[in-house]
Amino acid sequence: MSSLLSSTIFRKVTMALSGLFLMVFLAQHFIINITSVFSATIFNQFSHFMGTNALVQFLLQPILIGGVIFHFVLGFVLELQNSSARGIKYTVFKGNANASWVSRNMIISGATVLAFLALHFYDFWVPEINYKYIEFLPEDPKRYHEELVHKFEDLGRVIIYVISFFFLSLHLLHGFASAFQSMGVNNKYTPALKSFGKVYAIGIPLGFAFIAIFHFLNH
Amino acid sequence: MKLKLKIWRQENATAKGSMHTYSLDGVSPDMSFLEMMDMLNEQLMEQGIDPVAFDHDCREGICGACSMFINGEAHGPDRLITTCQLHMRKFKDGDTIHIEPFRAKPFPVIKDLVVDRSSFDRIQHAGGFVSVNTSGNTQDANALPIEKEAADKAFDAASCIGCGACVASCKNASAMLFVSAKVSQYALLPQGQVEATDRVMNMVKQMDEEGFGNCTNTGACEVECPKGISLENIARMNREYLTANLKG
Repeated sequence: MSSLLSSTIFRKVTMALSGLFLMVFLAQHFIINITSVFSATIFNQFSHFMGTNALVQFLLQPILIGGVIFHFVLGFVLELQNSSARGIKYTVFKGNANASWVSRNMIISGATVLAFLALHFYDFWVPEINYKYIEFLPEDPKRYHEELVHKFEDLGRVIIYVISFFFLSLHLLHGFASAFQSMGVNNKYTPALKSFGKVYAIGIPLGFAFIAIFHFLNH
Repeated sequence: MKLKLKIWRQENATAKGSMHTYSLDGVSPDMSFLEMMDMLNEQLMEQGIDPVAFDHDCREGICGACSMFINGEAHGPDRLITTCQLHMRKFKDGDTIHIEPFRAKPFPVIKDLVVDRSSFDRIQHAGGFVSVNTSGNTQDANALPIEKEAADKAFDAASCIGCGACVASCKNASAMLFVSAKVSQYALLPQGQVEATDRVMNMVKQMDEEGFGNCTNTGACEVECPKGISLENIARMNREYLTANLKG
């Protein structure tokens, strides 16, 4: 078992599984957020449920945070191992000749998403924890939409969000198909899987960017 | 053709190496890259300079000995060839060509462009074989029916010549393409099933112990492989490895 846990393949499989788990969460997050564009009531209902349901708050939320931390920490560990495996660097290395920029720079797109997550937590998660568990304010089921719109009144924040979603898209463009390859899935369904991954990797971040811009323009 | 060659020179395994620049005139476009290197070495010897050490053997793309990283790519700018199959017509008069050894910690430089690839041998020794009784009672291999697709894929995997271009090209210096080809060529055949579990576990363990990097599925190895070994093999090895561990 110890050789399994320390093996390069097992580390990549856990990286893939945590990445796919985060993608499922991202899709769910998007579905809830897109409702804010056409119905404040539906968005408030979803948000109130997510913010007050014990299962979501005390089981799924810690699992999600754990998944995020695991994915990023392991990502940096793998990057350090990979850098050290080369030893002396090449004088000339034509990475573009045989692999895409996106696939070679997952650490850059990932680190950008991590920096964005710090801002996102500061914007939404920290005030939420403060509201519920520090100040113990009474729950107002109608506050969520107003809080969301208020955040996107600031152009600077909207620009940072849009840039971050662009890097998220780059990360997912390679990450989705790569996750399946790491788990040993490479068969006749792979082209379809790659196409779905591209649609997801472009569609979801584009949708999040649309939400931020929509609320900025309509505040 | 007149060329400027920037070549990695390193006296021995412990010495500090650096890039040296040489001019070479009269290079024919019809020469192979190794013939150009031979020409350079003759010139260097006439000048009393130590010739550039480089690996070569068959010079027809079979042995996998020639291991040069040329202008930022393993085996140079062409596809599905080894350095010995690269011709000077791929370059232009006046070009500067950077020539470096395959770089990876598990491929330490012995001298100049010669690297020690015995880490691949140790991975092979860990399980890249089938145990067959060769006492005279060996069954005819053709007596065992094998479906065409499996036989073809096994043959494709077996065409890996172990040159190390996959490691050299991978930004992580990962050896997954090489190891997966060696695992796959047996995993696809009935003869390889008996030792399948031990094979993949031992070969992956040895690969990790050698210090190769992790595969991040960039696909650079597949593009640069002179034999066109497919990434499918890496997925197959991952499946084999996970299944082997589940079996215990």
